[in-house]
Amino acid sequence: MKFDQVMSSAGEWVRGEGPHHQIVVSSRVRLARNLRHRSFPGWAKKVERTQILEQIKPRVEELPEMQDSFSELLQDLSALEKQVLVERHLISREHAAKGIGSAVVMNRKQTLSIMINEEDHLRMQSIRSGLQLKSAFKLVDKIDSVLEGKLDIAYDQHLGYLTACPTNVGTGMRASAMLHLPGLVLSDLINQVIQAVNKIGLAVRGLYGEGTEAMGNLFQISNQTTLGEKEDEIIGRLTKVIETIIEKEHDARQVLILKKSDTLWDQIGRAYGVLTYAHAMTSKEALNLLSIMKLAVDLGAFAEDRRLPVDELFIETQPAHLQKTSQQKLNAEERDFLRAQIIRDRLKLFPKPDMDKVAREPISNPPSAPTNNE
Amino acid sequence: MLCDVCKCNDATVFLTQILEGKMQKVNLCDACSKEKGVQDPTGFALADLLLGIGAAEEIEKGAPTQKCPVCGFTQADFKKTGRLGCSACYITFSEGLGTLLKAMHKGIEHVGKLPQRAFRQMELTDKMRSLTDNLEKAVAEENYENAASLRDQIKQLEHEMAS
Repeated sequence: MKFDQVMSSAGEWVRGEGPHHQIVVSSRVRLARNLRHRSFPGWAKKVERTQILEQIKPRVEELPEMQDSFSELLQDLSALEKQVLVERHLISREHAAKGIGSAVVMNRKQTLSIMINEEDHLRMQSIRSGLQLKSAFKLVDKIDSVLEGKLDIAYDQHLGYLTACPTNVGTGMRASAMLHLPGLVLSDLINQVIQAVNKIGLAVRGLYGEGTEAMGNLFQISNQTTLGEKEDEIIGRLTKVIETIIEKEHDARQVLILKKSDTLWDQIGRAYGVLTYAHAMTSKEALNLLSIMKLAVDLGAFAEDRRLPVDELFIETQPAHLQKTSQQKLNAEERDFLRAQIIRDRLKLFPKPDMDKVAREPISNPPSAPTNNE
Repeated sequence: MLCDVCKCNDATVFLTQILEGKMQKVNLCDACSKEKGVQDPTGFALADLLLGIGAAEEIEKGAPTQKCPVCGFTQADFKKTGRLGCSACYITFSEGLGTLLKAMHKGIEHVGKLPQRAFRQMELTDKMRSLTDNLEKAVAEENYENAASLRDQIKQLEHEMAS
């Protein structure tokens, strides 16, 4: 499979068909594994790293799930192509910085991506649409069980799977979900939610993981600890917390409709207006406005068939996607012009938002600050 | 009180997190708290911060001059990178790591997935060893009836191991 094919077909998760997909954009589970007594990628010399890569890559490529896969050495990918994979969350930012001795293998549906020699020898990730942490885990767990029969995986009976960073030791598992929370942001409740989530040992991060800014009202929530708890317990706990946040987001939206409808209509109207008529737009502004458009679709102000074009724009207007599509290297200003143009073209046939179509539902719980004793 | 990160300015930001009943504290100066994103709650998680600060000190307690026999990694390298050298480092630096893991995780004992196949393979290898030993013995004793049956068992086991 060639890079162009990766480009032309959006990952399954972008189509947003999973449970709770209005609020949970995607669910991801990754497992970190290493070969016994071989230096971790960050410590291994180039020769050893290459040997390890040559040992692992064929084993990964022969997995039945990896038929007709996209498999590339990192040094054979251009900076732009790496960035496209980062924007689709198929490789990490850290992996994109790698060159000789690292590779990525992913399946056709882009639901499974395996990084070789990232921080660990193996980083296996499964990504699904909506809230599907359990099934994402099942998929990656299956791959792991097959691979461990073919590779000598570092494992300690007390510490579990051994990883380069002690924060990942044990299960080597990081489960995370990307949540779209405009309601909580617009009602100034988001910081309380984040603090409550942090207090119970879960991490909240921005769009591209550790140390990145929250844009487009998108937040990643994940487990922080990996030792002393079973995989399904971690996933169960995380799922429960996410379900609570979904409920809070629903409630926040209903309160906005009932009590602050003028502010809400103003936000939606402005987003529609600016996106439809602007001629220059940064990716941050685009994400923030598209987030409001997504909210408007959720609320019924736009018909349901308008959802996909909005969701697709989230990805397509990212800097690397923009340049890859236009087949040219663009500076920031040129990107802003092109981005605005693509959005205008896509929204040309959008009718005006219809605020009368917005569904008003009873609030399941009275709005209040989330409690800390969850 | 000095800042835990730069260790030169006075700490003005005091953070406490209670995780699983354990209290963890970090003191930061104004500059470091901004740099670590403490004032922006979205990008901040205390555990990340604790890891960066506490990790090197904890491991020092264990093996001050030790080098990993497998990969040559030292504690100075850990201090620099926050990552270990290879899986054997977990044994080399086990003493210092124990405290660190305790502060970092929910428990200190892995309770999750076991590498099933590796485990099963180990059992099968043991079984194979005892069968071949017995076969040699049977042949030496010219007990061919027994040897034939052992040979069949070995064949079946070989088949099992290959699948």
